[in-house]
Amino acid sequence: MQHRLKPSQYAVLIAIMLTASVGDSLLARGMVQVGHVDIHHLGLLWHALFNPYVDAGIILLIGFFSCYTTALSWADLSFVMPATAFGYVVIALLGRFWLHEQLSLSRWLGIALIVCAVGFVAGGPSRTEHGEPVHPELDQMDAGAGR
Amino acid sequence: MLHSADMLKVWGVIAFVAAFAVAGEVLIASGMRDLGDLDHIRARVGLFGTIRAVLSNVKFVIGALCMAFNFFAMLFALSIADLSLAGPAIASITYIGNAIAAKLVLGERVDQRRWLATAFVAVGVALLTR
Repeated sequence: MQHRLKPSQYAVLIAIMLTASVGDSLLARGMVQVGHVDIHHLGLLWHALFNPYVDAGIILLIGFFSCYTTALSWADLSFVMPATAFGYVVIALLGRFWLHEQLSLSRWLGIALIVCAVGFVAGGPSRTEHGEPVHPELDQMDAGAGR
Repeated sequence: MLHSADMLKVWGVIAFVAAFAVAGEVLIASGMRDLGDLDHIRARVGLFGTIRAVLSNVKFVIGALCMAFNFFAMLFALSIADLSLAGPAIASITYIGNAIAAKLVLGERVDQRRWLATAFVAVGVALLTR
């Protein structure tokens, strides 16, 4: 059986791409401000939690985690991972056309490879079937809700 | 010599972070597969019922703890290695590790198309930072 995605499910995949890439960028910028953390000064990791860039990155990564969890409930891990890699391309293209950074030939090649990868998985089924899932705990919740 | 020791430390941390990422993602994926489509669950028991169902799944909770540990390990890795090395290296190793674990642990049908996509992403991510 071929599992095709609904528009709302594509929206979840796009949200994963954007929140992960922007969240990682904010975290990286915040950690540059926090400075070097070594094994003897792990307390700096606590200090990092008070950096606004790290905080914004954490909020976006919580959003990413919610969307990612939702996607894994209806698609395979080996589908979701490459399908959401397009976020790397978004960041590179933002750098090129918004920040006017120069993209080297190898970066354009990297973009082309990721675009091809997304095309490969997007054209295939999103889920491997193992038989009907059993949810006894949800049946109990249903029974409780009906009272 | 010191340079080699430093590189060994950096790559050790990179492998450690990637291993926790793979463990966390596989556990979460397995937990979510056990639960089923969250959209259907929300339609049946509402948002709070869905959150309760997810948070009471043991695999999800252990996977989330792995991811939380991975998060702090990633911050540590970024502090001792350049983002241009640690970021793509961890991402590439995690992509390959996830595809292998998806096939061997989760029993997913990782066909030629998905292997190719995973390899393309791993190489593409590495090229993006050059």
